[in-house]
This record gives sequence, structure tokens and C-alpha cells, in this order.
Amino acid sequence: MTRIWLEFERPIADLERKIEELQTIASDESLDVSEEIEKLKAKSAELKKQVYSNLTPWQRVQLARHLNRPYLSDYIKLMFTDFLELHGDGCFRDDPAMIAGIGKIDGKSVVLVGHEKGRKTKDKLYRNFGMAHPEGYRKALRVMKIGEKFGKPIISLIDTPGAYPGIGAEERGQAQAIAQNIKAMSTLRVPIIVIVTGEGGSGGALGIGVGDIVLVQEYAFYSVISPEGCASILWRDAKKAPDAAEALHITAQDLLKLKVIDGIIKEPEGGAHRDYEKSASILKQTILENLNHLSSIPPDALIEKRLNKFESMGIYKKT
Amino acid sequence: MWFKKKRGLKPTPRREVPDGLWLKCKECGEILYRKELEKNFWVCEKCGYHFKMPAKKYIEILTDSFVEKENSIETTNPLEFKGYSEKLTADFEKTGLKEAIVVGEAKIGSHRVALGVMDFRFVGGSLGSVVGEKVKRLIKLALSKKIPLIIVGASGGARMQEGILSLMQMAKTASALAELSNAHIPYISILTNPTTAGVMASYASLGDIVMAEPKALIGFAGPRVIEQTIKQELPEGFQKSEFLLEHGLLDIVVPRHKLKTTLMKTLDFFSRCKSGCASGTKNHR
Ligand SMILES: [Zn+2]
Repeated sequence: MTRIWLEFERPIADLERKIEELQTIASDESLDVSEEIEKLKAKSAELKKQVYSNLTPWQRVQLARHLNRPYLSDYIKLMFTDFLELHGDGCFRDDPAMIAGIGKIDGKSVVLVGHEKGRKTKDKLYRNFGMAHPEGYRKALRVMKIGEKFGKPIISLIDTPGAYPGIGAEERGQAQAIAQNIKAMSTLRVPIIVIVTGEGGSGGALGIGVGDIVLVQEYAFYSVISPEGCASILWRDAKKAPDAAEALHITAQDLLKLKVIDGIIKEPEGGAHRDYEKSASILKQTILENLNHLSSIPPDALIEKRLNKFESMGIYKKT
Repeated sequence: MWFKKKRGLKPTPRREVPDGLWLKCKECGEILYRKELEKNFWVCEKCGYHFKMPAKKYIEILTDSFVEKENSIETTNPLEFKGYSEKLTADFEKTGLKEAIVVGEAKIGSHRVALGVMDFRFVGGSLGSVVGEKVKRLIKLALSKKIPLIIVGASGGARMQEGILSLMQMAKTASALAELSNAHIPYISILTNPTTAGVMASYASLGDIVMAEPKALIGFAGPRVIEQTIKQELPEGFQKSEFLLEHGLLDIVVPRHKLKTTLMKTLDFFSRCKSGCASGTKNHR
């Protein structure tokens, strides 16, 4: 995969290039530039720390949407064994924007559902850029119910710009499918772990987003509307998306403060795309810890807790 | 004087219920006398077009008595979103409402019900923390009193100015409705023009019975967003009640003047169901 630097990462990119150049010179002409290289490396490390610990919400959005960001199919390979994809909503068609299946994580059987954006152009088109149709949500629910029926926990990984806005999607009940999923997930009698791994795009995310534990990766975001959508509605200018990203409070830290998520999952410095293995291993560890904890709770208590969790979200004043 | 002035290129105000004595039907262009229109439940006598109607008016035409509840929950500006507080004040002054939904306990004929009516005039009927909380409490009222739930929807979706908190109101209301379902208490959802996005993708579409007024705009995405996405014109009647009915997404389309009698029939059906319905059978699965 070619390395892609974002605009705000340019100073880091320049330094990294210099280091690489020096390394090439060093090997070619047997000159001793090791001291210089070490200096630059230290400088780069310092710069990275500074840049990545002071990200603006809009920069985080760009990282969450990074073209090299690990997608569901990458995590499936890195975290699960014996994964078997299960296709179709059992009624209309198979929606490639949503992956559902069964597999094992550290030997434990689980159900997995999640969005898939697709990596290369052809694949992106096939996956509809991770924007699911109603049948995607219905497929996810169908497979989650297999989990419920046979007592297997559910893991849901969210990464979508949103549910697809199209004619067919409306004709087949996009709103209804999402609503049914949200309602059904609130009382499924098995543990559900939800993780936003990239874009948490509104109803399209929430359609597989109700669970006992909801986590967000460090540079992922979760929002009621895309920053571009918000900016064009409010200020009639999609270019003001960075301002909207700020105003909407969509970063992992914001979400935690607003008590809509339970925790933040660390990512490798600079984003999950810098180190797939490391990112997957942190993710896997987090899932296992939570599975372990949740599987000790009896189903009735689990559901009661889950219902209370979502029913108490929101901020208002009682006079 | 009621003949139309030439307007030039100025945009027409979007308000559908102006204060003037006369107004023009949006659908057929007929000039209608305001008082007559009001008597006719805000439905055009000539073509049957349903104007948007305030929540209080729905309560008036649907119920025989109504006691408002949960009116002391107030909206704050949790994200300190620019312009939001001003918008809330302006819409309060315009409508006399503190939020986009009125909830309470009502009598419809001999039936006691938990009734919520949304009002599009208040921030586009959008779903924020308070609307979500009021809907949840209304569901809890239906649960505790074992009475049917009725919600009249009118909304452009989740309230942007409360960000993710608004999105979570979809989960909040749907969770409470799951409890209502498990208790076998009926829920009738009535969709009016428009009921879309976050509200449609949560409680509005989750009724045991889902009714809609004629020609109401109902859907997930707004028509403009869809048009921009697919870059083609939308078919005639797309996302209107009749379109949804044809695609199997609605139980019934009911004109406004028949809403109350239709509701009564439905409530009669539910109350006759003695085998556990509305009598609070415990969670059964
Ligand atoms: Zn008319």
C-alpha cells in the first residue's frame, strides 16, 4: 500500500523523506551520517508527538477516513479464525456494504457484523463505499439473531459515511430497517460489543450500534450528520466542514464526555493505518476483555443494563 | 385585497400557515378563506391537500380530553452550538411551545391513551434530548398505566444542534418501545407531512400500526440529498404516503377528517383483545 500523507502531516512527511534520503546516501557511499540520522529521527518523533496529540476535530475526521485505514475485512483476517461469511437478508439480496458472519476470536465463537468500504476503486463501488441499503441492515439483524438463538456474543464494527440515500433504499424501507435493528438490538439476549473503527455516520452507524459496550477508536468519530452535511445545511457551504466538525463534538474524547460511549481504544501513533497488526492486537485485546466481563452477566440483567444505558442518554434541564 | 402581488425573484416564505385572512393552496392554487380552512382541519376543500397543522390542533381534533405531562423538562444548549439558544427562543415565541412535541394522557371516546404530538414549527420538529426524553416518558406512562400509545409524527429528523446526543435519542426511544412491545401494549404511529430521517428511523416507524396522512413526505433521506447523490430526477410521488403504501411500508393512508374514527376502530380492536394484550403480560419470548 502506498503511503499517503495528509495535508497537516506534511512537516512529518518532509522529515521522514530526509531521513530516508540520508539512509540511502549512507548505504551508497559508506559515509557516516548515522549521527545526523539519529538527530532527525529524534526530531521527527518529537514532531509526531506534537502533531498527533494536538489534532483538530477535522484532522481526526481525515484520519478516520484515511484511504489506508484498516477496514473490516482487514480486521477479520487479523483478529478472527474460522471466519465464515453469511450472505443475504433472506429476502431481497446480499448487500456487500455490510459483512456478517460467524467466527472465532481467541477460540471463542462469536457473531460479527460490520460495514465494509472496499479498498480499491472497483471494490469501493462493489461495497458502495460502505453505505448499506436496507437489506444490509436486515442481513446484519438476521445473523445477529442466529447469535442470540445459540447464545453467541455479537461484535459489531462500525465504519460508514452513512446509510445509502437512494431510490431503492427508500422503496425498501431504509428508515424502517434501521429502526427495527435499533429496537431489536436493545433486547437481544446475548452480549453485544460495538466499536466505531472509522466513520460513525449517523443512523447508518446506529443501525448496528446498540450494545452493552460501545467503544470508539482513538481517531474515529461518531456524528449525527457528516461535517459537510451540517455545514451545507447551516452555512450553505460544505467547505466549512472543519467548523462543523468542531461544533458537532464528534471526537472520541467528546463522545466520552457526553456519556454516549464507554471508552476509547488506543491506536498506533498517527493512526491505525500506520500499523495494522498493532491496531488489530489492541482491538482484539479490548474485545476479549469485554467479552470476558459481559459473559458473566445473566441475560435479563444484561438487557436491563443495556436498556437503562440508552434510555438515560441525553442532556436536559428539569425545572 | 387578496390578489397576488408580483414577487420578482424573492424566495417565497416557507411558512404554510400565514396569518392573513386568505391563503393559497400549495397543491391546486385555490385561494382559501382561512376560517373555512381551519374548520376543515386545514385540508383544502378543492383538492384535499393537507396543510401542516399545529400539535394543539391535532389534540383538539383527535381527543375528547387531554392532560399535558412532562412539560417541565427544558432544552439546554449542551454543545454550546452557535445560534441554537436563539433559535429555541425564537421558536418558543413563534409557537408558544417549549419543544417540538406535546405529550400527555388523553381520552379518545372511551379509551384512555398516552398521546404525543409533534409540531413541525418548532425547530423543524427535530428530535433532540428533550423530545427523546418526553417520548421515552410517554412510553413509560403507557407502560405503567397499561394504556395504548399514540404518537403523531412531524419531523425533519434528528436535531443537528445537539449532535450525537440527538442520534442517541433514536436508541433511547426504540429501547423504550422494545419494553412496550414485550408488555404487549399497542402503539399506533401516525405520520404527517413530513416525517423523515432520525424520527422515521426510530419511533415513528415502529408502531404496531403505522398510519399516514395523504401525500405526506415520509422517508429516511431527504429528496434533495437523494437527488444530489444519484444525480437523477426522482420519480413522481416519490416518498409520499401513497408511494410508501404501494411499497408495503405503511398499514393505511387516512385523511385527516377520518383519523379519529380510524383511531377509535383500532383502539376498539386492541381493547377487545383479552388474551394478554394491554393487560401487561410479562416479558415473554
Ligand atoms: Zn388545494
